[in-house]
Amino acid sequence: MANFKRPDGRKVDELRSPIVAKVGIIPNADGSAMFQMGNTIAIAAVYGPQKMHPQHSQDPTKGTLRCTYNMNSFSVSERIRPGPSRRSMEISKITEWALEPVVMLDAYPNQVVDVHINIIQADAGTRCAGINAAAMALAHAGIPMKEMVSSISVGKLDKTLVVDLDKAEEDFEEGEGPTDIPVSLTHSGEVTHLQLDGKISPTQLKEAVEMAREASKKVYEVQINALKDSVDLNGSEGEK
Amino acid sequence: MTERKVVIPGEEIVSGEGYLPGENTEKRGNSIVSIRYGLAEEVNNLVKVIPLSGAYVPRRGNVVIGKVELLTGNGWVFDFGGADNGFLPLAEVPRYVNQSAMDEVFRIGDMAVLKIWNIGGRGIDFSIKSRGLGRIDEGMTFKINPNKVPRVIGKEGSMIKLIKDNTNCDITVGQNGYVWIVGDKIEDELFAKKAVEYVVENSFVEGLTDKVEGWFGEQGVTVKKSSPSEENENSEENMEDEE
Repeated sequence: MANFKRPDGRKVDELRSPIVAKVGIIPNADGSAMFQMGNTIAIAAVYGPQKMHPQHSQDPTKGTLRCTYNMNSFSVSERIRPGPSRRSMEISKITEWALEPVVMLDAYPNQVVDVHINIIQADAGTRCAGINAAAMALAHAGIPMKEMVSSISVGKLDKTLVVDLDKAEEDFEEGEGPTDIPVSLTHSGEVTHLQLDGKISPTQLKEAVEMAREASKKVYEVQINALKDSVDLNGSEGEK
Repeated sequence: MTERKVVIPGEEIVSGEGYLPGENTEKRGNSIVSIRYGLAEEVNNLVKVIPLSGAYVPRRGNVVIGKVELLTGNGWVFDFGGADNGFLPLAEVPRYVNQSAMDEVFRIGDMAVLKIWNIGGRGIDFSIKSRGLGRIDEGMTFKINPNKVPRVIGKEGSMIKLIKDNTNCDITVGQNGYVWIVGDKIEDELFAKKAVEYVVENSFVEGLTDKVEGWFGEQGVTVKKSSPSEENENSEENMEDEE
């Protein structure tokens, strides 16, 4: 399918641009980050470790990760009703599961790390942008982590696999129609989260995960550069 | 590795035999890997990561500033910005207190300078049995980022001494990021607060002490270095003009 044309003219393995990340955007939070892919912008704020409320949710064996995903009412062209919805609760849980394998909260019993993700502009792939922002915000908040997590969606447009779908591609109607596969991977390449919306053959799914693995390396680069660039090393070297 | 570098969780700091994993690091196979975002440093083959951001993590021996949240039968519960509440037992007050008159020592809402003397499975225990600890009766308190506290204090207290000398205020910085300032006049206290906030904002700048001295100069203060001698009255007047 070499002659397949994506609506915006990207190559099949090309991420949207601009791809921008920034940390420390919310001064009141213990850690925060912004992640933008094309027209999708997610901001994440981390609070804690702090005491778990309500008390009956406390886990005396280890700390808890609690994510809240929210899409702002103005994030899409047709205003969405603000507040929790079936969809946002699902994505909150998915984000928790995607990040739980890397956070090390054994040293914080009865405590909770709160992650609040807000989508301020949506153009498909919001859960991936949210997970990317949340992973950076967790690192920025000084939460012990085994690794970083990078998330990317792979899609199947008719029979062609493409990476990082935008809204126009998600609504693709020709042939077999669109299939959306968001995948989250650690830096060492282990999958922490995989969803599938549509139809795909087992062999093509494996191919899709491999594509996500390659693409997530680019996301990882952006994430670590944002974290490293937020510190002016020469300044801090001079002091102390 | 001599230079410090910024590391992110999961990043390999050094590889090879002979290195020991220190704070916030982990040994994976043959290499030392960071598990926290911060500055990596290697001293005598011990590799550790100094955190740059995040919530305050209490440690034994820290001096913190807290607020009384609850009176119990045998002590006081303090909120000090940590994940757990801290407890000050009656026995850790340096004088005899009748259990029926505990609110004579601390009432709910009172603030105090406390020392962490034990961190156990059941929470944090405080003591006020040292000099400089105890109830806050006057002055003002405010909060700064706890990660900037070492910068505000400076090497062996040099920065805090500079601010104290040039503002005529007594300043106590809790490791949890609470700062307590007492001065003769409220203008002095506000000026000292501004100075502390200036240090926090510029905490990554090289040669911070010189820069702060320069800032005091800009504010119209004749900078007093470690030898406190000349022109006390003059600097005081200028500070009033500032506010």
